[in-house]
Amino acid sequence: MSSRERILGRVRRALADVPPGEDGPVERDYLREHGERTVEETVDLLAENLADYRAVVHRTDPGSLPRVVADLLAARGASTVLVPSGLDEGWLAAAEVTRVRDEATSTPHELDQVDSVVTGCAVAVAETGTIVLDGSPDQGRRRISLIPDHHICVVRVPGQVVASVPQALERLDPARPLTWISGPSATSDIELDRVEGVHGPRTLEVVLVR
Amino acid sequence: MSGTFVGMPAFPVAAREAVRDTTLRGNLRHATHTIRAKRARAVAELDDWERLRQAGKRIKDRTLRHLDRYLVQLEESVTAAGGVVHWAADADEANRIVSELVKATGETEVVKVKSMATQEIALNEALEAQGIHAYETDLAELIVQLGEDRPSHILVPAIHRNRGEIRDIFTREMGEWGRPAPEGLTDTPADLAEAARLHLREKFLRAKVGISGANFMVAETGTLVVVESEGNGRMCLTLPETLISVVGIEKIVPTWQDLEVFLQTLPRSSTAERMNPYTSMWTGTTDGDGPRSFHLVLLDNGRTDTLADEVGRQALRCIRCSACLNVCPVYERAGGHAYGSVYPGPIGAILSPQLRGTGSEIDASLPYASSLCGACYEVCPVAIDIPEVLVHLRERVVEGGEAVREGSKVRLRPAKGHAAERAAMRAARWALTRPGALRTGQRLASRTRRLHPRTLPGPGRAWSGTRDLPAVPAEPFRDWWQRTRGGKDGGA
Amino acid sequence: MRVALFLTCVNDTLYPDTGRAVVKLLTRLGVDVDFPEAQTCCGQAHYNTGYRHETEPMARHFADVFRDYDAIVTPSGSCGAMVRELYPRMGERARSEGRGDRLATVLAPVVPKTYELTEFLADVLEVTDVGAYYPHRVTYHPTCHGLRSLGLGERPLRLLRAVKGLELVELPGADECCGFGGTFALKNADVSAAMGADKVRNAESTGAEVLCAADNSCLMHIGGTMTRLRTGMRPVHIAEILASTEEDPAV
Repeated sequence: MSSRERILGRVRRALADVPPGEDGPVERDYLREHGERTVEETVDLLAENLADYRAVVHRTDPGSLPRVVADLLAARGASTVLVPSGLDEGWLAAAEVTRVRDEATSTPHELDQVDSVVTGCAVAVAETGTIVLDGSPDQGRRRISLIPDHHICVVRVPGQVVASVPQALERLDPARPLTWISGPSATSDIELDRVEGVHGPRTLEVVLVR
Repeated sequence: MSGTFVGMPAFPVAAREAVRDTTLRGNLRHATHTIRAKRARAVAELDDWERLRQAGKRIKDRTLRHLDRYLVQLEESVTAAGGVVHWAADADEANRIVSELVKATGETEVVKVKSMATQEIALNEALEAQGIHAYETDLAELIVQLGEDRPSHILVPAIHRNRGEIRDIFTREMGEWGRPAPEGLTDTPADLAEAARLHLREKFLRAKVGISGANFMVAETGTLVVVESEGNGRMCLTLPETLISVVGIEKIVPTWQDLEVFLQTLPRSSTAERMNPYTSMWTGTTDGDGPRSFHLVLLDNGRTDTLADEVGRQALRCIRCSACLNVCPVYERAGGHAYGSVYPGPIGAILSPQLRGTGSEIDASLPYASSLCGACYEVCPVAIDIPEVLVHLRERVVEGGEAVREGSKVRLRPAKGHAAERAAMRAARWALTRPGALRTGQRLASRTRRLHPRTLPGPGRAWSGTRDLPAVPAEPFRDWWQRTRGGKDGGA
Repeated sequence: MRVALFLTCVNDTLYPDTGRAVVKLLTRLGVDVDFPEAQTCCGQAHYNTGYRHETEPMARHFADVFRDYDAIVTPSGSCGAMVRELYPRMGERARSEGRGDRLATVLAPVVPKTYELTEFLADVLEVTDVGAYYPHRVTYHPTCHGLRSLGLGERPLRLLRAVKGLELVELPGADECCGFGGTFALKNADVSAAMGADKVRNAESTGAEVLCAADNSCLMHIGGTMTRLRTGMRPVHIAEILASTEEDPAV
């Protein structure tokens, strides 16, 4: 007997007490979102919660976005920037940096030499201060937003913003590789006290573009 | 990790040492009280917390009660998405499968994301025996591995270490394993985190095989979910060419939507955050992004035996948040090592004796490692009634009875060492169902009360070593009542 | 209304003053309370140590003794919880063991009629000020089963706040277990003692003279620790405080 059959057999014997046909839908009486907010308030909450977990939040409009991105990169002293293939070229139009393309052939060691990365996002969650990347062309492979120490993520508000985790899951495609990011890398492993900055990007800047 | 749990003494013996270790007591008190207050605040932010908790319970129960179907569905979904599913009935089989998979890649080292399942099966030791070196990359796991120590907490395996001890371990050991700790390393948490970043960077960048567990597996989509903070998880899940995930069969949720409950309750219960810094979700393999091959090893190792127990199976709802450890007054004083398992604290006290059986001294003592205060049940985000299961397992220890071990029904004998207690309980029951016998005993105690010592010899020292005995009154209440009819006949 | 006092075996044997206080208090409030003399023990220690089957005859005996009363009042949060929370569970377990509904049926009538003392005062008699006088600085320890199984909540505190002369001070870490836990106190004596010592230190830090609770078994553990640590504080059951009046003060 294969282990598959053995385990499934054990499960079935263990559940002999479960009456057949019991499996109805699960009652979900919890909230779809917490509190009532205007669109503007939801965006404010996103900004507030992002900042609470030490992401640096900037707000701008499409016309000024290239300037903002260029200034952030300059302030950081970044000379190289990873660029997902589908990123709006205009976003980096004002930046005087070397663009490094997100390619399958780059090795992790090569990516480790790059100063910053600029991505878009799939959705942002206000209640938790979370941005979600789904590997779309404006976000690139998962590793490019992981290895560089500085991540600039552009969020289009209010279109990409949802209030809650349940609403975010509704918008996401499980078939895509997803990364939920809430602030820069952190740890609670020393005395259960939270400190920012371990393996992921230690600086996360989120630009909210209206 | 050189530490092992084999041959652990019973809980009270191990706990005695811990209670006397003032550094350990201080470390645990500081850490658990810090997180306790934060968790309470994070939970209070959601006015539907209790509804989320009950929904989590219902989802997990539904999963467990139809686990066979969801396992088959998960296997189909993962396979359809490009993954390979393996089934492991016990720890040895899981270790054998993983070793073979690593060997097939030709690699001799792997990077690991913190995973309770692989700790449970002692995968690192098994790999080492095959000449494969496993590097733990979670900060706390790294501290444990470098310190040749044993984990003492589910979320923070090195909770028993304070910052000074961690600095000393890093300074002493990092050079032996790779990049040494920076000169003049301080004990500030930020510097210690930086040291870990530098030490592990090279290992991440060159890693070809990653090993993980998972917090959730979605049956309908085949999606696996890892919830973490540091980014070591993302490194291990995305940079290697091969990813092997070892996951307990109870980690399934039926639908994608079910995640909406647990992604709200887990971070708040665990690290007391609205959301943890990183959550990775992957479904099989993705062209050009992440590992080219993905293996899922589904682990039983006592879970189906636990499932067979109608009262005890609720322990399988556990999402490993460790909120119950952080509020437990016994854990706070006894420390995690006294539980003799990778699962310490209240959840460990009900999980270990079910996964491993109650045969060993430590496992037979774990159900008693609780004052039944109920704080664990109160904070559990999937409403596991831990006190109920503790009492149920006590019954198994003292009364024996039917249980399932490795898939077969067995008849357990009452545990040794409880014979005197059993006789006393029986005698007490006899007296306590006969009011006359109770009264006779009470009167005898009252009449001889001047002779009673304030401390007791022999086994009674368990009480009177630290606590005075109450004085026996001149007459029991019932005699007063008989004399006075509740004061109505005078003579109060 | 026929009201029975279920004193509990521990109170009957070791703390008769608590029983007298309950009688005095309820009589003052116009309740004609009876003490059925056939009562013994709810079986909690047996049940919680793992002797469920030994507990069953005790639970049946309890149901037999108290069946015909309209309300059963007990000055013990944990014994109250035993009846209310665990008797139904014993019935269910007997059923799932294929022994039918008999145990559940026998136990069912006493379950909803059983009240812990402060619950009875607050929910049945609907009183807050019981006319008590107790000129002392008091801190209150909510015992675990009263707090979590019965959900006594603010009831005991509201009663204490209404006591004339009583200064109520908040106990730090109030909701942490004192470490008694029945046979836990013996089986894990070191951890139990450490918990007790921490509880006593917290109580001492309030500057109160009296630590009050609604469970004498916890108070036995806390009080025994207090005298061993020579703190000068006293453990007092809440019934004795609520029974105390200016005319007839508690010592």
